[in-house]
Amino acid sequence: MKNNFLSYTKKQCSDLIKNIYSNKVVLMFLILCIFGISTTGKPLTYTISEVFSRFSRNTFLVLALIIPVLAGLGLNFGIVVGAMAAQIAIFFVVYWGFTGVNGLILCVLLSTPIAILFGYLVGRLYNKTKGAEMITGMVLAYFAEGLYMFLFLFVLGGVIPIKSETLMIDGGVGVKNTIDLTGNLKYSLDNISMLVLGRTILIVYFVLVLANILIHKNKEARNSQISKLILLGVMFGITFIPYVSQFMGTDRLLLLDAVTITCVLAIIYGLVKLILIKLVKKEKDTDVNRYIAIILVAIIAYGLTYVPAIYAITLAVSLPVCTYATIILLCGFNRWLLSTKLGQDMRTVGQSRTVATSAGINVNKTRIIAMCLSTLLAAWGQIIYLQNLGTFSTYGAHSMVGQYAIAALLVGGASVQMANNKQAILGVILFHTLFVVAPFSASNLFGSSLIGEYFRVFICYGVIALALAMHAWKTVIKPAVAKGKSKK
Amino acid sequence: MNKHIKGFYQSIGLPRLIILLFFIVVLFGAAFYDMDVVALMSNVLRRWGMYGILVLAMVPSIQCGIGPNFGVSLGIVCGLFGSLVAIELDIANLSIFAGNQTLGAWMSLLFAVVLSAVIAWFVGMGYGVLLNRVKGSEMTVSTYVGFSVIAFMNILWVTLPFGSGDIKWPIGGEGARNTISLAGSFSEIMNKTGSFTIGDPETGLFVPTGLLLFFFLFCFLMYLFLKSRTGIAMSAAGANPSFATASGIHVNKMRIIGTALSTSLGAVGIITYAQAFGFLQMYNAPLMMGFACVAAVLIGGASTTRARISHVIIGTFLFQGLLVVALPVANKVLVGTDLSDIMRMIISNGIILYALTKAKGGAANEE
Repeated sequence: MKNNFLSYTKKQCSDLIKNIYSNKVVLMFLILCIFGISTTGKPLTYTISEVFSRFSRNTFLVLALIIPVLAGLGLNFGIVVGAMAAQIAIFFVVYWGFTGVNGLILCVLLSTPIAILFGYLVGRLYNKTKGAEMITGMVLAYFAEGLYMFLFLFVLGGVIPIKSETLMIDGGVGVKNTIDLTGNLKYSLDNISMLVLGRTILIVYFVLVLANILIHKNKEARNSQISKLILLGVMFGITFIPYVSQFMGTDRLLLLDAVTITCVLAIIYGLVKLILIKLVKKEKDTDVNRYIAIILVAIIAYGLTYVPAIYAITLAVSLPVCTYATIILLCGFNRWLLSTKLGQDMRTVGQSRTVATSAGINVNKTRIIAMCLSTLLAAWGQIIYLQNLGTFSTYGAHSMVGQYAIAALLVGGASVQMANNKQAILGVILFHTLFVVAPFSASNLFGSSLIGEYFRVFICYGVIALALAMHAWKTVIKPAVAKGKSKK
Repeated sequence: MNKHIKGFYQSIGLPRLIILLFFIVVLFGAAFYDMDVVALMSNVLRRWGMYGILVLAMVPSIQCGIGPNFGVSLGIVCGLFGSLVAIELDIANLSIFAGNQTLGAWMSLLFAVVLSAVIAWFVGMGYGVLLNRVKGSEMTVSTYVGFSVIAFMNILWVTLPFGSGDIKWPIGGEGARNTISLAGSFSEIMNKTGSFTIGDPETGLFVPTGLLLFFFLFCFLMYLFLKSRTGIAMSAAGANPSFATASGIHVNKMRIIGTALSTSLGAVGIITYAQAFGFLQMYNAPLMMGFACVAAVLIGGASTTRARISHVIIGTFLFQGLLVVALPVANKVLVGTDLSDIMRMIISNGIILYALTKAKGGAANEE
């Protein structure tokens, strides 16, 4: 048994190393990041807390890119359009004077139809330029920016009367350069307490299970569902225990607590699975190793928090729980989508439109749906981004959204044809670490922070250029090989 | 007759028709608002020559098959570098040219043009090799290569050890200035050479003869090149690669020549632009210039696969003319709103999008 486990660990570790090595982009950025961190001259706590706050801000937007990649649309430079939809919604919500959670919900509700409409239009356009979606997306982003500026500089106030001295330029036509979100939307998502979040999730799940029971008349299925209901009820009850509700009443979670909770949950999960496999099913399951590994990693991670340096970091960083929850939910959604028929259709379309057509899939429709989803997610992502940032720069907030998100995804090892949640998360961490440390490192090394500023912009453009070139390189070689074969 | 009109309409295309009509409407608007149409026209002429060669850089790239060269910024930075060297060496004020400022300025300009064109040729060859590897997605790759080159050169502009007082910041600051005045070297030298004014010297139509002649000279040279053996081979390689290969044309080599030529023209183009403008614009200023150039040649009637010299001449005139004339008119109609930038964005990117949807062949026809 022990031998088994050792070999399993060895295999996993060597796989990991092989993966990292084969993915040169990730490796390069890992080295750059480590080099950058070691030369910042800033305490590690600062860098890490910066990276965590940037992570919560940007990850949603990066995850919005995954669906179009799978559907064969390449890197969607058109998410800028989604960001614009969100910004239009935010402007009106601020203008109408909604604040806090109400404002946030209204933002989401308002931006959803706009984003879906925009996504539909972008999808139609992409269907007309099949094979050149990426360049279309880039140009489209600038084209849309022109329309957006026209809307905000001229239509708002010029055509639609808007009476607000804080939002509009003195003449009353055109929106000011920056809109301050402090006091209305700032932290409106971050500040939702865990208690509200937990109860909402429980209630939603409760309703879903109840609906399931009512739909399914099968008795056996019913019994298991009813036990679920009872469990949910108990969990809902737990939230009313004073100690628990006090702990969950806060909106930020210390990293230390987060690590502890995750480790405990992982250990419990591993143990339950092990017991189920060993005692209940009594099967010879090779998965045993996996659960042992999970438990071990969790214990090691928990043990690491007792190292003084790491302990200090985990105390210094606090996470906005709700924002992280949305990120986890989106990761789940991306995975779930792939298991549905729609997700499988998208994959087929992504691999070959010819095959998809002959399999009876409506290629154009699938692509439009993928675009609608991506644009919608981008809009929500932009809302999350802006509520965390707290200032909404009317004419600049969207301009770099697409490029930064795409560069982050590519840094994580994704390509034009393949992308997944892991790559997105890894990419965000690496890319934003570099973003945080580059100016400091450069001012330390060259005595000029300007170099660092330009360097990180160069990295952003450079990595996109590199990835696109590498992708095109591969696809050129592939058809050549295929052609050679077909000739034979 | 009906068929004729239809064919004519299709050859022009809807957006071009809109832009043409818009231009005419705006011209009438300018007259209606009692604007100084003559001054506007002088401005149009100036900008026509100013942007002409940059737009001309699109012709060899489109003809050789790599499509509109969004990465013309590669040539642009070479041009900027060449001009910086010319300023740094202070060629305009060398003792040989003492007493003859015009000659000095011209020499300094020609030095910058030749130096940067040569550098750009080599850079363009390397760039062409890269584009040969990424056939089918040249436009996407070239856009980001262009962007990253600008960002990379930003680092160089900050770090290069310039000594000339025109280039360095006067007090403090690192590296080169944001805008570098050319007053001490070749500012407006082409515009002034052989220039004349039709009508009243103060308010009449100013014709920048030197500038326009320089532009037309390059157009003519390009015309000659396209009619030459190499030029025809290059166009063939762009139009139908497999047919070209069958007739013994080295397609990849032709594409490299086209790319290098385009990059060189970009370098010459930015110097022409800068001398007419009077300043070198460093750092992120040329970031979106490629888009404007692509838009201009497309407005002139080019597609992503075919372009002619006439497209460049017409397109630049229409695009720049529209921007020049429409700005004051728009400001009269909609007081307090600066629409020029918005209009530039919508028109230039709109026409590129239109051209992309019309692009036939290549990767677009997988099914």
